[in-house]
Amino acid sequence: MAIVEPTDFQRRMVRRKWQGRAFHLLCLLAILIGLSMLGALLYNIISQGWDHINWQFLTGFPSRHPERAGIYGPLVGSVYVVSIAAVTSFTLGVGAAIFLEEYTTRGWFVRVVQTNISNLAGVPSIVYGLLGLEIFARTLGLGSSVLAGGLTMALLALPIVIIAAEEALRAVPPSLREGAYALGATRWQTIWHLVLPQAFPGILTGVILAVSRAIGEAAPLIVVGAVAFIPYAPDGPLSNFTVLPLQIFNWISRPQAEFHEVAAAGILVLLAVLLSMNGVAVLLRLKFQKSSEG
Amino acid sequence: MGPNGIIGPATDLDGVRSSVPAPWKRHLPEGTIKLVLLLCSIVSILTTVGIVSVLFYEAVLFFREVSILEFITGTKWTPLFASKHFGIWPLLTGTLLTTVGAMLVALPLGLLSAIYLSEYAPDLVRQVLKPVLEVLAGIPTVVYGFFALLFVTPILRSISDDIAIFNALSPAIVMGIMILPMVSSLSEDSMRGVPRSLREAAYALGATKLEVATRVVVPAALSGIVAAFILAMSRAIGETMIVAIAAGSNPDFTLNPLVPIQTMTGYIVQVILGDAPTGSLAHKTIFAVGSSLFIITLGMNLVSQAVVRRFREAYE
Repeated sequence: MAIVEPTDFQRRMVRRKWQGRAFHLLCLLAILIGLSMLGALLYNIISQGWDHINWQFLTGFPSRHPERAGIYGPLVGSVYVVSIAAVTSFTLGVGAAIFLEEYTTRGWFVRVVQTNISNLAGVPSIVYGLLGLEIFARTLGLGSSVLAGGLTMALLALPIVIIAAEEALRAVPPSLREGAYALGATRWQTIWHLVLPQAFPGILTGVILAVSRAIGEAAPLIVVGAVAFIPYAPDGPLSNFTVLPLQIFNWISRPQAEFHEVAAAGILVLLAVLLSMNGVAVLLRLKFQKSSEG
Repeated sequence: MGPNGIIGPATDLDGVRSSVPAPWKRHLPEGTIKLVLLLCSIVSILTTVGIVSVLFYEAVLFFREVSILEFITGTKWTPLFASKHFGIWPLLTGTLLTTVGAMLVALPLGLLSAIYLSEYAPDLVRQVLKPVLEVLAGIPTVVYGFFALLFVTPILRSISDDIAIFNALSPAIVMGIMILPMVSSLSEDSMRGVPRSLREAAYALGATKLEVATRVVVPAALSGIVAAFILAMSRAIGETMIVAIAAGSNPDFTLNPLVPIQTMTGYIVQVILGDAPTGSLAHKTIFAVGSSLFIITLGMNLVSQAVVRRFREAYE
């Protein structure tokens, strides 16, 4: 039988305590490595791109000369694509979530749709691009237009929007619905006047987060046929377009180092757009939280 | 009350218009609304149907011209050259290199970060560190591509001369950093789900914090951690921009991370940017490659869901 002598135990205890401290440090180190990479990335981009940000860069069009290259066209393109994606995914996503949460909550149909949504959320974004290319650009004849790109992005964002909207609807207490039914409201009246206003902040946050992911996506739009070099901003839903991440990709791919600085400046613009969207999401949530309490 | 003493919603009361509409107005749209909402939820199913049919329709056209056996077993991928070979293995090894590399970074760092956040960090520190770490997941992938090509690769090349400008190592490291928050957040959630009583029982038996973390909490949360790893891996396989920017476009059948390679996603981008005409064989290859990508990532997502279902420790 293995009996641990008291002196033995003391010795082991000291060792175990040291191991514990070392492990604590190791874990701390791991998280610091992640954070320092974030720091290095941001520092690297700001130090390269900051000097290139000026009014001409923000309002100019692409150019073969790095000092004259501007980002206006891609910026407008991104706004177009994201607006189309946001409106479409919001409408479809909230509709689907209401159906799944308020109308039919169990049964084979709900199970199929739920499994389907969680699998769609894991499909690589470039595969959505292939779908958009075949369905929107070719079959529906939209070509490589802003509309085709926006709809592709809407499908990409849809699973995230549905999941967020479902969670927001689930958080509305059932007593609210029961109260409305008891007063004679129909199901839709209950949803429209009571449930949706309560769930709105959560839904909105979900949509903004989903769409801000879409702003950074380049791969599906490359496949749909966004072009990297167009000397104008899109002027309608069927116009050709490019978007910020695609233009940045184009600048990175060039051999000249000057274009890499332009790319860094473009990344700063992209990050600024993302940051302000997330800021808006936080503000909206705070505002709605206050008004629903007061 | 109505004029005849009958209760009815749509009647005037002392000249004040009732706000409750007539029953037919209230009930008619209900069915229509339900139908519209049903159609909305069918869109997500149509998306899946669309993806599957588009990919497989074009893939079938491809396999009419190329033997499926060559595609699955061949080790030469040169569809854009004069002498064409359609073996997908070079793209698979390219994808494998970057994915495994990314997991070698994300797995230890993510798991240790999760243990730190869940077991060691004071509440305040955790509330600050977790969202900051998650910022990493929100950064666009094209930005990581920039970082890989113009920051990490030069550093690697200053360490060793054997590393090419385009290589698998640098995008793999950067991709590991990108999926780190996915691993750490999901793992941490699952560790925090382990009930306190389990930890307390271990402490009462004299275990140190390290022993509680590694022998009680991690095993109890294992299903969630494994699911997080698999999801992160599937994300790495489908990642496009980082590898398109920093990994090169040489579909060589190699497991050397220091030379240029090409992943499945990288190949699709290369063909699209190269303007292969619609209907050409080169154009069909992207759907064959896309189908493979879809099947692989779908399989991994299904495995991850099955792991959670099968091995979840329920503490209710």
